[in-house]
Amino acid sequence: MLRKTLAVATAVSAVFSGAGILMSAGPAMAQNEQFIPGLVYRTGPYAPNGIPFADGVSDYVSLINERDGGINGVKLIFEECETGYATDKGVECYERLKGNGPTGAAYFSPLSTGITFALTEKVPGDKIPLLTLGYGRSESRNGAVFPWNFIAVGSYWTAADVAIQHVAKELGGFDKLKGKKISLVYHDSPYGKEPIAALEARAKLNGFTFKAIPVTHPGVEQKSQWLGIRQDRPDYVLLWGWGVMNSTAIKEAAAVAYPRDKIIGVWWSGAEPDVIPAGDQATGYKALLLQHPAGEFGVHADVKKSLFDKGKGVGKATVATVLYNRGLINSMLGVEAIRTAQKKYGNKPLTGEQVRWGFENLDLSEARLKELGFEGMLKPIKLTCTDHQGADLARVHQWDGKAWKVISDFYTADRSVLDPMVAEHSAKYAAEKKITPRDCSKEG
Amino acid sequence: MVVFGQFLEVLIGGLLAGVLYSLVALGFVLIFKASGVFNFAQGAMVLVAGLALVRSLDFMVARGVPTWAAIVLGLLFAATVMAITAALVQRLVLGPLVNQDGLSLFMATIGITFILEGAGQMIFGSDVYPLSLFPTDAWFMFENAFPGGILVNKLDVWGGLIAGALVAGLAVFFQRTKTGRALRAVADDHAAAESVGIPITWIWFVVWLVAGLVALVAATVWGTKLGVQFSITFLALKALPVLIIGGFTSVPGAIVGGLIVGAGEKLAEAFLGQHIGGGIEYWFAYVLALAVLLVRPQGLFGERLIERI
Repeated sequence: MLRKTLAVATAVSAVFSGAGILMSAGPAMAQNEQFIPGLVYRTGPYAPNGIPFADGVSDYVSLINERDGGINGVKLIFEECETGYATDKGVECYERLKGNGPTGAAYFSPLSTGITFALTEKVPGDKIPLLTLGYGRSESRNGAVFPWNFIAVGSYWTAADVAIQHVAKELGGFDKLKGKKISLVYHDSPYGKEPIAALEARAKLNGFTFKAIPVTHPGVEQKSQWLGIRQDRPDYVLLWGWGVMNSTAIKEAAAVAYPRDKIIGVWWSGAEPDVIPAGDQATGYKALLLQHPAGEFGVHADVKKSLFDKGKGVGKATVATVLYNRGLINSMLGVEAIRTAQKKYGNKPLTGEQVRWGFENLDLSEARLKELGFEGMLKPIKLTCTDHQGADLARVHQWDGKAWKVISDFYTADRSVLDPMVAEHSAKYAAEKKITPRDCSKEG
Repeated sequence: MVVFGQFLEVLIGGLLAGVLYSLVALGFVLIFKASGVFNFAQGAMVLVAGLALVRSLDFMVARGVPTWAAIVLGLLFAATVMAITAALVQRLVLGPLVNQDGLSLFMATIGITFILEGAGQMIFGSDVYPLSLFPTDAWFMFENAFPGGILVNKLDVWGGLIAGALVAGLAVFFQRTKTGRALRAVADDHAAAESVGIPITWIWFVVWLVAGLVALVAATVWGTKLGVQFSITFLALKALPVLIIGGFTSVPGAIVGGLIVGAGEKLAEAFLGQHIGGGIEYWFAYVLALAVLLVRPQGLFGERLIERI
């Protein structure tokens, strides 16, 4: 009897684990539907950060369906697949979802630099855009070499450059950087390594000593790194962590009495789950903003009215947090790219290739952003065939023990430093992969 | 002098961090001693115990229960959850697998790991839940001798004291109590122990319960250090080299193994890591473990098994 029970339990658990956490798209898809996949992580070590972002992504898609009846009458079908932030699972999810819907996936947003690196090799074959909002390969800004990657709003090189600009401002000018020591504590993964090139370039330009200090996944052990920082006494520490690594870094910094207001995290190290677990020790900690802060803006009123008040939506617990808001922006950019593409290809479900045209012609003016309810969250952004990033702005916010407070104006990353790097690294990538860069002047 | 001061600081920090690994390793040793099973689920048990504790604690504090009472009740609730876990594991997994090959039992514990991780997050949530049962600030010692002094974290010292008390308690339990001796008999041979009247199902329940309680103690320290969250389950991987070095069957071995791993990996990261790229401490612990395996396959304190062929 027991063996039977066990066998049944095993079978049931196998079915559940195979299914993962996903929202069913339904067995039959109507022809006037546009499929959008969601690669998410609602479980595992990075879930505290993955959940609010996934909620924002999902709620905006639901909002478009509930409030507007879809995009120009084309209903959006959304399905999540749990990646656990693991590259292999991310690729598995991609393969499973890429063909869904009448025209396949409109675009993918993996929220993982590791998965982005893997999918960058696959999307050209499948002709599906990869929207990587503020993460991924920094050189993928060059749309001539990376036709399918859209590192919209900002790259890690943008972040690194702005972080140094903020340090310079606090010190009293770029000339004051000379002779200073700046260390980078980073997640030892493609994500964490990404800013190193830009920081090395800045160190050379501004004369500060730069030191990169890796922390192994998931980042729960950082004692020796922070004891080293205690001995080394850098003037500033930049933090490129994700998930538990961030709060652990703040706690370890407190343990070695390193001032929290001399630590500046990247925009993936500056959300509520990064500071709340560290309690009072996080007070004073600063991080970059991928333009938008936490809090409510125009779009949130619509989300409440059209979703939460009707018992719909998934983000009631995470709404208006930093990462929820970023999830909203992620979906808004995707939706607007589809809307842009519909102007050329008609109000019908579009293929990934057609949506790519929409991304490359995405032009969100201040007025349009206000209309969409994103005024105050995002500045105007315009993507082109050659520029898949479209913006170079970031701000800084600081945790006061209870909430994030924006403490700076917008900084603009110095493209005279970064553009040659984009050109050099993308040319190297093109040579490695034997890619002939597109001639964007001939693109329609 | 500065380098010596740094060496001393990293060494002390490493030794104390190693004791925290030992807290997790002790749970492995207990189950291995009593059942010969390598319990891969020990890290997940720390996670479940921690989640049960912190969530119940938050629930009660939010409803005005005094903090001291909430801590006591929270610990009782978490202990009850671990007792239920032990009973279910014994009844549904180990019971049907009595006298099966050790590898089958090990595979079963991998299954238990995934079920506990999934169920724990489903029931208690997958966020990071702060826990502050112990002080987390630092002492700065010998400030006259070394510039900036030698930093010693109070939480690590608490961890060391707790581990010491646990080892003493477990040593008494195994050596002086009837149940403890029965546990050792079951470890030697399931069938033989059963034939002389030792109730094997009860013994397995007891040992999983004790391992669950050890997991709860580990969760109080690790939860204070990191916040209670999924990453705690990875502690199982940190305990593995500790066990290889100390031996799978020795409680003092788990402590000594922890000290060696903690000090070794921290010193390697601090002084070797910067020359070879850094981020080496995770795998350096396994280098130490492999070195010990080559010299003493049973670990420094493990029982040497000689089998007649």
